[in-house]
Amino acid sequence: METLCLSRSKITKLHAICEEYKNDPGELINVLHAAQGALGYLPVEVQEVIASRLHIPVSKVYGVVTFYSFFTMTPNGKYPISVCLGTACYVRGAEKVLEELERQLEIKVGETTQDGLFSLDCIRCVGACGLAPVVSIGGKVYGRVTPEKVKKILSDYYFQEK
Amino acid sequence: MKTIKLVINRKELEVPAGTTILEAAKSIGIRIPTLCHMKLEDLHYENNPGSCRICVVEVEGRRNLAPACKTECAEGLVVKTYTPRVMNARRVIMELILSNHPFECLTCSKNGYCELQAIAHDLGVREVRYPGEQSVFPIDRGPSVVRNRNKCIMCRRCETMCNSIQTVGALTAVNRGFRAAVSTAFEKDMKGSTCSYCGQCVSICPVNALSGRSNQQEVLDALDNPDKITIAQTAPAVRVALGRDFGFEPGAPVTGKMVSALRSLGFDYVFDTDFAADLTIMEEGTELLQRLTRYLHGEKKEKIPLMTSCCPGWVSFVEQHYPELTGNLSTAKSPQQMFGAIAKSYFARMLGVEREKIVVVSIMPCLAKKYEAGRPEFSVNGNPDVDISIYTRELTRLIRYANINFEELPDSDFDRPLGESTGAAVIFGTTGGVIEAACRTAYELYTKKPLGPVDIEALRGMEGIRSATIDFDGLPVRIGIAHGLGNARKLIEEVKNGTSPYHAIEIMACPGGCIGGGGQPFHHGNMETLRRRASSLYRADKEKSIRKSHENPYIIRLYKDYLGEPCGPLSHQLLHTHYFDRKKTVGISDETNKED
Repeated sequence: METLCLSRSKITKLHAICEEYKNDPGELINVLHAAQGALGYLPVEVQEVIASRLHIPVSKVYGVVTFYSFFTMTPNGKYPISVCLGTACYVRGAEKVLEELERQLEIKVGETTQDGLFSLDCIRCVGACGLAPVVSIGGKVYGRVTPEKVKKILSDYYFQEK
Repeated sequence: MKTIKLVINRKELEVPAGTTILEAAKSIGIRIPTLCHMKLEDLHYENNPGSCRICVVEVEGRRNLAPACKTECAEGLVVKTYTPRVMNARRVIMELILSNHPFECLTCSKNGYCELQAIAHDLGVREVRYPGEQSVFPIDRGPSVVRNRNKCIMCRRCETMCNSIQTVGALTAVNRGFRAAVSTAFEKDMKGSTCSYCGQCVSICPVNALSGRSNQQEVLDALDNPDKITIAQTAPAVRVALGRDFGFEPGAPVTGKMVSALRSLGFDYVFDTDFAADLTIMEEGTELLQRLTRYLHGEKKEKIPLMTSCCPGWVSFVEQHYPELTGNLSTAKSPQQMFGAIAKSYFARMLGVEREKIVVVSIMPCLAKKYEAGRPEFSVNGNPDVDISIYTRELTRLIRYANINFEELPDSDFDRPLGESTGAAVIFGTTGGVIEAACRTAYELYTKKPLGPVDIEALRGMEGIRSATIDFDGLPVRIGIAHGLGNARKLIEEVKNGTSPYHAIEIMACPGGCIGGGGQPFHHGNMETLRRRASSLYRADKEKSIRKSHENPYIIRLYKDYLGEPCGPLSHQLLHTHYFDRKKTVGISDETNKED
């Protein structure tokens, strides 16, 4: 017998979400949506619990999680970083900024730092093209970012955490 | 019934409403190539995602080509299946599929049996004009099944088999776009998934994305080792399937030639798993009577129905999905394992050698048997009872490898003592056979009277779930039979809910039983092949002079000289086993965990 573990409160929460959708396998996407909303992400254990509640193979759950880019199996960092790769930001060097962020944080797009502080993602246009290239961290938007500014921006957050 | 008139390739025809162009064309002998589409009527298997598009045809008045497998016939439709436009489109589609398929045909074990290869050849594809990125997935070599996703064409036949028919749920489509693949949950290897090793995915894969694990080299090494005594044991379903690849009719029995071929390969002894099947009946039949007697005497804790345990795919399925019901499984080992245990004890003693000197090779219709042979409880001090298990197609390859002219081989008999068997053992290879064999023996042991007609027709057939009540001289014994794990699930759910009406249940993981095993020559969707294999086994049973396991003289002698009595102490040690809980569950972690 192979056993994975999850805290009692999380299991209760997941059971409640499945119950809300009457444990209906046809509601899988809604259940996953709610579960990610409640827990932030969908690790293996969460998918196993949902599969067993909805009486479907966990492979099916995993298939859906990997099909939709909205679903994630890695937790977001405390400060989720989004780099805009929309046309305006892209032509003004957003890719260089992204590369610098990857180098500084030692993670790739879609990953989270070991200390759980930062996660890195790309987005398409935040509607602030006049400030291109744009990076948003948490709720805060940074405009006209250059690779040289990246270190300073991050150090403010590290400082806050001290 | 409403019918529809249409024209295909200038031939007029009338078909029932709802018929697809593909089916309509087939009904008048017009072949349209298909890759993703597969239909096995008797098994209620249908894979029809309409994704490969190789079956496109031209329909007059339509701008675009139509996929024949997905397009229903309509009144007055005029269809053309091989215009230059159609052929050109098919060739382009094939080239696009091939642009992400490794060109390893010469070294691929599916060479000559590959459906993709055959269609590319028919279409006359001589070059691929679309070089592009190719998938790079690691190869997963499981205990029974090898997955090479680089060869996958995403037809999803395996996914349908694994989910809709077998209800195992190990395989599913994951990711999207170019990275999309058929894989397992969390993309673990097969060993870490819920795979029960039935191998049905392998039996219907059009390419070599799913194949059986190969152990041919180990066999060749053992045969070449002068210090080893090599013993072959052959399962009943192999002898009615092997001939196909050597030009015999599907289902033709080639038992004598198979024995000769194994001798030519160099085996010191060619024995029959059927001998062990008779032994299985002695043990399992006795166990059934013991359990039933205790149960009928009011011991309600006795686990009834007794479920057969010959099929390792089924055993693995129970351990993973219904571990709370392993107590209902017969503790009797499968014939393969009983044979190994007896060969390396009783027969080793007869020869006066240590068990380590003997190499037992089983030839099985099955991929799960490889996994079963490797289970640690089936070994003594690290020496397995069955050293190597190969499947029918591997035996074909070995025969070809050794340049044996199979067609011209004379017939010969199995060696003794472990090669003698009864008609009851032969029918183990088809659905319903095990329980029929068990009834023949249990009836006579229980009633002490000879059984009337030996053929118990009520237990035969190809229906997925069957039942019958056999009158044991006043005691009605209720029997359930299922083949295919999806059907098996229905019966075991009844057991779980306490609503099962049966005393004994026979389950075979593969549709049709062992004759439809994952290691058999490919049936390419032709159900007739399976039916012929089954009738061949029943004919072989009829032709045997002894048709009840307990009358096999070599079995009688084995008990007299060595084992004592069925289900006795030595039998229990050698011929019975135990099961494990392999279910994956999510437990509750320590609440003080900092996460919350």
